[in-house]
Amino acid sequence: MSQHYAVWLTSLALMACVASGFIFVALNSGRREENYAPLAKHAYRLRTKLFWVLVLVFGSAMIYTLRDLPYDAVSRDMNNAGPPQVVAATGYQWRWELSHDRVAKGQPVEFRVTSADVNHGFGIYDTEMHLVAQTQAMPGYTNVIRHTFDKEGTYKVLCLEYCGVAHHNMVAEFQVSDL
Amino acid sequence: MADYTYTPMPDHGARTSVLAYLVTAAVILLLMMVFGLLMRLEQAQIISMGPVPFYELLTLHGAGMVGIVSIAGLAIMWHFLSQYVDLSERIFVTNLGIFLVGVVMLLVSVFSGSFHGAWTFLYPLPSQSMGMWDAGAAALFLGGLLLIGAGFLLLHLDIARAIIARYGSLARALGWPQLFGPDDGHAPPAAVVASTMVTIVNVIGLVIGASIITMMLINLYHPAFTIDPLLAKGMIYMFGHIIINAVIYMAVIAVYEILPRYTRRPWKSNKAFIASWTASTIFVLFIFPHHLLMDFAFPKWFLIMGQVIGYLNTFPVLVVTAYGALMIVYRSGIRWDMASRLLFLSLFGWAAGAMPAFIDGTISVNYVMHNTLWVPGHFHTYLLLGMVSMVFGFMYYLGKPNQQAQGNAIDRAAFWGFAIGTLGFTLSFLYSGMESVPRRFAVHLPAWIPYDRVASAFVVLVIACTLWFVTRFLTRLGQSARDYPRATLVRSAVA
Repeated sequence: MSQHYAVWLTSLALMACVASGFIFVALNSGRREENYAPLAKHAYRLRTKLFWVLVLVFGSAMIYTLRDLPYDAVSRDMNNAGPPQVVAATGYQWRWELSHDRVAKGQPVEFRVTSADVNHGFGIYDTEMHLVAQTQAMPGYTNVIRHTFDKEGTYKVLCLEYCGVAHHNMVAEFQVSDL
Repeated sequence: MADYTYTPMPDHGARTSVLAYLVTAAVILLLMMVFGLLMRLEQAQIISMGPVPFYELLTLHGAGMVGIVSIAGLAIMWHFLSQYVDLSERIFVTNLGIFLVGVVMLLVSVFSGSFHGAWTFLYPLPSQSMGMWDAGAAALFLGGLLLIGAGFLLLHLDIARAIIARYGSLARALGWPQLFGPDDGHAPPAAVVASTMVTIVNVIGLVIGASIITMMLINLYHPAFTIDPLLAKGMIYMFGHIIINAVIYMAVIAVYEILPRYTRRPWKSNKAFIASWTASTIFVLFIFPHHLLMDFAFPKWFLIMGQVIGYLNTFPVLVVTAYGALMIVYRSGIRWDMASRLLFLSLFGWAAGAMPAFIDGTISVNYVMHNTLWVPGHFHTYLLLGMVSMVFGFMYYLGKPNQQAQGNAIDRAAFWGFAIGTLGFTLSFLYSGMESVPRRFAVHLPAWIPYDRVASAFVVLVIACTLWFVTRFLTRLGQSARDYPRATLVRSAVA
């Protein structure tokens, strides 16, 4: 299952959980219990349980997802054989200039991304037009992302930070193949 | 000893000034929705206006919606807070006047000056248009925002003054004596705690916004005065996040004040409530790095803070606000009418909308979903189904014909149409985001267009229902000003 699809399903599941709480209460709202105190106490006890369940589930997810940060990709890859292939990428209004239009499959590629003018968004799309990596292309700064492409084909770079009238036309392509 | 007795409070009609805010909000909201529909129709290739008009509408839709939900939230907050503290109606009205002047400036800068730098005015785009707009148009847009912000700041300073005059300090008004000491049951009412939180965060956010806008205005005419683009981005997103997040904290006051009247159960400022609002004050100020997670140039701790606070921020809404509403409604004998339905729905909208939000605020997810349509997906959920539902609930409450009225068949159909329409519309955005469709693209690839068409159909439904809600409110303005009990009496308890 792709990461995108997992995110979609997780979101739907959580939204459904919230919805079920609201539906349950709405369906049980008609008959009044005048003595609210015991109801409230019971609800507070349940809430304490809910609190700790959320701490456990969300807390674990938060810690788990912090292990694998794109900012650490460069230092994480230090053990890999051979230097990475370096591609310099510069965003302009309204085009990308890539120093290489061909990279090797299965080996880390380091994109050094900057902008010559305004903020752009360097978004790498795979052969199925799914976003696989991105960073901001900023004037005066170089952001580095490192990605290993496991599938051959034509990849696209789309601009992911609004930059003016031709923002949607800023597309570049590069090939991933066995070099 | 906890006390669960409900103390009935009289219902006040709205002052003319509050109604003026709400009418302004209703009309501009509808117009901004139509702009939104036009954008979706363009992306769906059902109409063809071209990229410049598209991006102009994008710019106005963003600025307009942020401005108008602020106005609506302020109306709700002011209406209820004025029953507890002594606010200046003159400043309240002056703010609306300043806002309207600012709106005119924004409209002229876009429709006449063709400014289309998006409402986020991300430096240095306003001064680097590739000839598409001139410095005057950018200055008019930024100046309009600055003016609107100055009006809001003036209002918030008056609110702070009034709160401090009544409660002694902002800390007391946040309920800190009852949080850090024994809960003597004398914490300020929920509406006051909420208003205090909003005032603190908005004063800070507005000053930051005014600062970066002023710096950018200088840069427009003195290009040698440059701004570090990373600093500018940080300031813009800190300001922008605080301002838009604050509006739901203002609007929820309607829930705190109105839902207890329907359930005859109190919404108390107990320790958990006060702790939740203090936490929210801190979270709203420091969560803004979640907009910047793909800015690798920021220090890593700053970006990690964005993710951590994003996760923490789900707790106040899930465990206190939404749960609190569920508690007082459960087995309450509530008789549903339009106001109570919309307010109940709004808490679902807020809580549900927070789910795709904190998930996207996970850095490893943001890496593959930032600036896709997932982003407007989640914020439209809690803004439309959450905040705007609170506003409609408040409007229906004010204009309710009499205590027993439950709304006619069209009202009920509009309620369900609005709920389904909004869910369909936002789920279309989220689905498109899952498919990596970028946001803010005037032209979509053929593969993306079916999602846009589905979304457009749902938007039409949302606008139709909104038109009904607004019409109902506008025809009941006289009613809305009067003092009379509005909350339908609960069913009596089962013997």
